[in-house]
Amino acid sequence: MENKDTSRAPVSQKSHVVEKPEHPEYIGGSISVEINEKKVSVPLGTTILEACRENKIHIPTLCHHDDLCVSGVCRICLVEVEGMRTLQASCAFPITAPIKIKTTTQAVRKARRHIIDLMLSEHCGECYACVRNNNCELQSLAKEYGVDSFTFGHISEPRYEIDNSSFSIIRNSDKCILCKRCVRTCIDLQEVGVLESVNRGDKTMISTFMDKPLSDVICINCGQCINRCPTGALQANDPSDQIWRDIEDPAKHVVIQTAPSPRAAIGEEFGLPAGHSMTKELNTALKRIGFDGVFDTNTTADLTIFEEGTELILRLYKALVEKDESVALPQFTSCSPGWVKYLEHFYPEYTDNLSTAKSPQQMFGALFKTFYADKIGVDPKDIVSVAVMPCSAKKFECNRPEMDDSGWKDVDYGLTTREMAKMIKEAGIHLPEMPPSNFDSPFGEASGAGLIFGATGGVMEAAIRSVVEFVTGNKIEDIFEKANVIPVRGFEGIKYAELPLGDVVGPVPGILQKLVPNWDWLKGATLKVAVVHGTANAKKVMDDIKAGGKFSQCHFIEFMACPGGCIGGGGQPIPTNEEIRMKRVEAIYAEDESLEMRKAHDNPNVVRLYEEFLTDGPCGHLSHKLLHTEYTKRGKYIA
Amino acid sequence: MENKKIKREGAVIFSEYKRGDSINKLKEISRDDVLFELKESGLKGRGGAGFPTSTKWMLTAAAKSDKKYIICNADEGEPGTFKDRVLLTDYPELVFDGMVVGGFTIGAKEGIVYLRGEYEYMLADLELYLNNMRKDNLLGNNIAGIDGFNFDIRIQLGSGAYVCGEETALIESLEGHRGEARNRPPFPVNTGFMGHPTSVNNVETLSAVTHIVLKGGSWFRQYGTNKSTGSKLFSVSGDCEKPGVYELPWGTTISELLEKVEAKDTKAVQVGGASGICLNKEQFSRTLGYEDIATGGSIIVFNKDRDMIHVLKNFMEFFVEESCGQCTPCRIGNTKLLEGVEMIEKGEFTFRYINELKELGKTMQVASKCGLGQSSPNSFISILNNFSEEIFNQGNGGTNGK
Ligand SMILES: Cc1cc2nc3c(=O)[nH]c(=O)nc-3n(C[C@H](O)[C@H](O)[C@H](O)COP(=O)(O)O)c2cc1C
Ligand code: SF4
Ligand code: SF4
Ligand code: SF4
Ligand code: SF4
Ligand code: FES
Repeated sequence: MENKDTSRAPVSQKSHVVEKPEHPEYIGGSISVEINEKKVSVPLGTTILEACRENKIHIPTLCHHDDLCVSGVCRICLVEVEGMRTLQASCAFPITAPIKIKTTTQAVRKARRHIIDLMLSEHCGECYACVRNNNCELQSLAKEYGVDSFTFGHISEPRYEIDNSSFSIIRNSDKCILCKRCVRTCIDLQEVGVLESVNRGDKTMISTFMDKPLSDVICINCGQCINRCPTGALQANDPSDQIWRDIEDPAKHVVIQTAPSPRAAIGEEFGLPAGHSMTKELNTALKRIGFDGVFDTNTTADLTIFEEGTELILRLYKALVEKDESVALPQFTSCSPGWVKYLEHFYPEYTDNLSTAKSPQQMFGALFKTFYADKIGVDPKDIVSVAVMPCSAKKFECNRPEMDDSGWKDVDYGLTTREMAKMIKEAGIHLPEMPPSNFDSPFGEASGAGLIFGATGGVMEAAIRSVVEFVTGNKIEDIFEKANVIPVRGFEGIKYAELPLGDVVGPVPGILQKLVPNWDWLKGATLKVAVVHGTANAKKVMDDIKAGGKFSQCHFIEFMACPGGCIGGGGQPIPTNEEIRMKRVEAIYAEDESLEMRKAHDNPNVVRLYEEFLTDGPCGHLSHKLLHTEYTKRGKYIA
Repeated sequence: MENKKIKREGAVIFSEYKRGDSINKLKEISRDDVLFELKESGLKGRGGAGFPTSTKWMLTAAAKSDKKYIICNADEGEPGTFKDRVLLTDYPELVFDGMVVGGFTIGAKEGIVYLRGEYEYMLADLELYLNNMRKDNLLGNNIAGIDGFNFDIRIQLGSGAYVCGEETALIESLEGHRGEARNRPPFPVNTGFMGHPTSVNNVETLSAVTHIVLKGGSWFRQYGTNKSTGSKLFSVSGDCEKPGVYELPWGTTISELLEKVEAKDTKAVQVGGASGICLNKEQFSRTLGYEDIATGGSIIVFNKDRDMIHVLKNFMEFFVEESCGQCTPCRIGNTKLLEGVEMIEKGEFTFRYINELKELGKTMQVASKCGLGQSSPNSFISILNNFSEEIFNQGNGGTNGK
């Protein structure tokens, strides 16, 4: 589990963690307990909830979340433990003695029903007008317990103002049940810390620093809180109404790019188990909805590898050969807008380390309204560019004021996977039934390197596939079996790898000849890289860099704001947990392996782009104008 | 301070004691001896929960850690109690010597007094007192000449929330966080302040320990009853001639107590503060003690002129405000109970709904995360049950309720 290491959690959170002995087998192994009169044996320190799940006994939960530390506040998971006066929260009760547990006694059922009734009494929301209708844990619980009336009343007037100040996240406290999952996500999982519960008693609520709107605090828009909210209290800022309007407007040419992660997850919204890629079905659905062009974000992911990889080579050349000490190394990836904003707030002194290359989404946006507009002969003012992303931060990113290098707003709307699914359903389409179809020209299909951007380690792997071939002249397959760069894969929070480049270097490929004379200066060099996902892990690595530790010696570090990388993004289908994220990642890697073209530099469409349009090459003049950007040193305090 | 002391009567707590005596006694006895005497005494925590003090200290002593803490719970937030204030101002030797004994027994080097915010005015005197202890080698290194016995005490002011008297919320607050109760298990004796084994003890408990160490467990248990050994301090307030702090042996009946404080025309007695239960006249023969009515010692007397629904409303308003707000049964439950009281006040209720609220109260007693929510329905249930005649039938000829 990438974030179960709660040692970096604030002490207040840590104290709620149910600690398990590291090696239960050494201290007597397992304990025999009775659950509903059935004897079972569980490892010491297992919570009652885990023990019940293990034995196929369902216990309702609300504040508990597999990704988060224990809280024990909703109390819905109560069970009876023989000999104890009070009922016990099963999610927070570590088994350390041979206890007898009962999970469905009259007292338990009555208590649970009361708790649901209490929550509903203060829950102001109508399910049919709610983004979480049919996917809401409170609603399901009410159903599970057969709630057919409101025992303790039901509030009908909202008490709070909706906060829709943020481009990414909307907060509706009237639907909040104070489970604090968002707080634990933001403080513990992400270590951003913009959400906290404030006040006491009946005035308790989730709030931000000084109760400021979300747009005015250091929220990085990662949306991880949305993914873990059991209700509709948190949702993404949905632009689909405007998109429908533009689709219907005959004067508008509406194009859409789809990122790899939504394709690997959107099936879940249509009832498929996690891990079914829907790339080609989605293409068909989007065309039927009325998009005028459907393109693959992987195209510009491949382009990113050219730009970002070249940038890295240039930085290394300046530092190693020209001995320019002002060069900022390690170079950090910049495709995760949550990570970018995190760095801008928490480590503003390191913005120079961020690759200036835009994210694939924004690169595509800039190309749509220049190269593409030219190509199809449409006035860029009439082009509407939409991006389907796994991510809520992409909404903020496309609204950054500097993202207008085409002369227009490069990307008009960022749409989440969930919102895309909603549009498809509204159009009367059942996605799994769609026949497959390809992406549209002139960008066509893209490489597997771009595809794996969706998983943590993917950007690094894509970069390695290209850089190693460029420099050594060898095939990546000769170094890594089937071109799978295993050392940078997997869900470990922080991965570190060293790649010796060897003593033999190849010729400099044509596209880079203007930039470096030869590769001799890399002979015998070892490329040091790291891969980090989840901003809590990013914090560890950044602090290490600040202290001059191991990671400060890296050349290139991939950072993703979300646990698991983009497949775990804040716009992805709900629920999320490690198993689901793992399945999505597997789907992406499987699709990559099934492709012929698996390296960014093999993408003929991108090569053609450099021949026809970006003629001064990667990191050349036009690239710099359209495909690169700058960052803002935001700091932690926002006036 | 010593000379300011008003002479109070009492067989145990207020019995003769000279500062330092029980600390000096530690030269002759071991940790195990202290634990033995405590066990022998049958002392249970005086903060309300009534957990055997010997067990608490034994567990803390047995826990493995390089650091341990003893915390004196001087938050005294329960409405109607002020006995800890009396101990701290007039008998600090009992409290602090008890902490030193505790440090010795559990192996703590640091003691912390969590002092109720409203008691800030005592702070200067208490600090002075601690300084004098340091001068006399009753605190500091090699205390009382016992080699390697190092222990000191610091005082931290509370945050003013009632829930911070709950031991785990207290620890959160000491650590600088929001005062919210933790999940138990793990218990503070294993995972307490800063994650280290911690014993949290009430002011009065520590004072009792001081006497027990010196005079013996069997001396202590000759007072009180079999299950409720020793005596108890009661803070008496409300409608009586002689409010104040009384030391009485456990087993005293309510009537005996009322007589002592010269209460007249008493209609109701609230035992245990807002979180306790309310008794009517027929119940005044009941006894104070763990066998019958366990209590932290707050006694509020109401005479015939009091309006019981009003009394109840005050209590419920207190809980609605003081709930820390983290768990559902307490946060919303108390609001619902208060709404019920208001419905009764207005005469707009059904018995069916009030009964549902009593059931809700029972759920809160077993489902809330900490003692606050577990005890807040006590007054709701007991007042509505014990004073139903007055509340539901008087004033409008029994037509209340539908
Ligand atoms: C809401 C709440 C408030 C409490 N307030 C106090 C208090 O003010 N003083 C106190 O000694 N114990 C208080 N307690 C009890 C403590 O949690 C704890 O049981 C006690 O400090 C243990 O000490 P003892 O074993 O010496 O009684 C409170 C408990 C609850 C649930
Ligand atoms: S949050 Fe859940 S229960 Fe509330 S309105 Fe939405 S779907 Fe219904
Ligand atoms: S979007 Fe991310 S940073 Fe913002 S509140 Fe949610 S978890 Fe915190
Ligand atoms: S906003 Fe959602 S996650 Fe946060 S406390 Fe409320 S219900 Fe829970
Ligand atoms: S019972 Fe009340 S005071 Fe205790 S944790 Fe729950 S909300 Fe907080
Ligand atoms: S799920 Fe266990 S208390 Fe909320």
